[in-house]
Amino acid sequence: MSDARGPVALARDAVTRGERTAESITREALAAINRQEPSLGAFTAVATEQALAQAVAVDQARARGAALGPLAGVPVAVKDNISTRGLPTTAGSKVLAGYVPPYDATVITKLAAAGAIIIGKTNCDEFAMGSSTENSAYGVTANPWALDRAPGGSSGGSAATVAARAVPASLGSDTGGSIRQPAAFCGIVGLKPTYGRVSRFGLLAFASSLDQIGPLAITVDDAAAVLSVIAGPDGHDATSGAEAVPDWTGITTATADARGLRIGVPRAFIEGVDPAVAQAFEAALATWTRLGATVVDIALPNAGLAIPVYYLIATAEASSNLARYDGARYGYRTTLTPKDSLREMYERTRDEGFGAEVKRRIMLGTYVLSAGYYDAYYLKAQQVRAKVRDDYAAAFATVDVVATPTTPTAAFKLGEKTADPLQMYLADIFTVSANLAGVPAMSLPCGFSPEGLPIGCQLTARMWDEATLIRAGTALQQATDWHIRTPSGVTP
Amino acid sequence: MLKTSWYDLPIMSVTPLDAGEVRRIAALAHLALTDDEVGLFGRQLAEILDYVRQIQSEDTTGVTPMSHAATGDAHERPDVPHASLTRADALKNAPEAALESGLFKVPRVMA
Repeated sequence: MSDARGPVALARDAVTRGERTAESITREALAAINRQEPSLGAFTAVATEQALAQAVAVDQARARGAALGPLAGVPVAVKDNISTRGLPTTAGSKVLAGYVPPYDATVITKLAAAGAIIIGKTNCDEFAMGSSTENSAYGVTANPWALDRAPGGSSGGSAATVAARAVPASLGSDTGGSIRQPAAFCGIVGLKPTYGRVSRFGLLAFASSLDQIGPLAITVDDAAAVLSVIAGPDGHDATSGAEAVPDWTGITTATADARGLRIGVPRAFIEGVDPAVAQAFEAALATWTRLGATVVDIALPNAGLAIPVYYLIATAEASSNLARYDGARYGYRTTLTPKDSLREMYERTRDEGFGAEVKRRIMLGTYVLSAGYYDAYYLKAQQVRAKVRDDYAAAFATVDVVATPTTPTAAFKLGEKTADPLQMYLADIFTVSANLAGVPAMSLPCGFSPEGLPIGCQLTARMWDEATLIRAGTALQQATDWHIRTPSGVTP
Repeated sequence: MLKTSWYDLPIMSVTPLDAGEVRRIAALAHLALTDDEVGLFGRQLAEILDYVRQIQSEDTTGVTPMSHAATGDAHERPDVPHASLTRADALKNAPEAALESGLFKVPRVMA
């Protein structure tokens, strides 16, 4: 039995009780980041001065007896596609080189109000397009468990720095698995909330019908603590839902078993995964069964179509969302000569500013939305998307969660899939469906491969039912110690 | 049973999109692709399209297209005036701006 509390809870409690200062915790995190960066490359910017100023403010608030927030003194790293006032925000793209947002995303405002310390911005695939963090204009991020392997993506920097124990928690964004897949590859917890649960104001949009911001952390309890702070409706985001935000951290202290939990497993869908992944996944199911859960076989008949549907819808939306990067108002602009037209400025700025994967997706999205192809590709994809969602609705009539491995294999090698975009897309087979349906999903550690690489298990629940994910995940973590092991590739 | 799974990717021998078609899409997307990119994307887009085309054989008779996953109607915030970005803040990131007149500068639009 292991403690549900992780580094987030421990740091907050230490600061709140006066056992440690926020400043000392922040200095320790900054030192770990500086020590690890040469081998990990997890950050695009480290906010040393601002973070220390925030920490001193927390310590001063405590000294004068003010009430402290639920993340008081907790350093949090933020994916670089989330806007931070005064801190560079590039989304891993050259097209946003030098861009410093004039406003904070709502999640940043909420973290700061809760006493969290924004420690820096983390590397990611350009505009969150990728599954390995190799598509960044600012270098490659390594997996702390094996420096020659990918940390996953697109929130690879956010996953790597938490896994390396430099920072207690981080924010990522998840459009097709970009929180859960790197969490699995790096051996930590990653939670994609329900579509609409967390405000996206200030998130640089990739695919607006799919994008969600969520936490990465060592324990489910820590992830719940961060989610409790960032969740809730926001007047700046019309897609944020009005649903009440429950006290998810309360669940983790009350629950250590899985009694009554019904877990559905889509056996036909997960057939063929790597044997080590299958073994770790079955062991997790056995643990939940021992803790009182019932495991039943379910069908998700359209899940095999989720990848083609996802890459049609996500690229169509991206081609529209990324039209704003044109060199006129912010970011990179091509070198102009007096005879260049406005159109030449747009076209050269975009060709020079975007990387290959982003251009490929803009091209694909433009193609499927163009006259003559819209019905056959985009409209058809929206219809099959409805069938993917309906599969989940049918499953959740009989089970509380759907369980699958998070990924078909453990972390692949850096460079292994970069030459073949379609191979890279297929790495997302188990994660994209939750975004298509809008349902919440979480990856948590459930074992290791023979090479010592972490393996993740994914739970998916009904719309707005993060509580069941947190309950089931906490039960597993209290009965196992997968999340307590630390990577050997870096010094914490 | 599944029609596809992550591991049984078909061997590709797909005819690339022709260069004219790639350039037509690039023009719609405001991308000045190099000749190398036209060749590369012509091949890769054809492969990806060949893969995603499998959805076209699905029976979707009577299925309402799903454009988003929101469960309620998009809500409106109260119509109360509030501060927005100052002009100086909005111009701070401009590649080229006329700060004194508060304008972004771009190449001449009309001759």
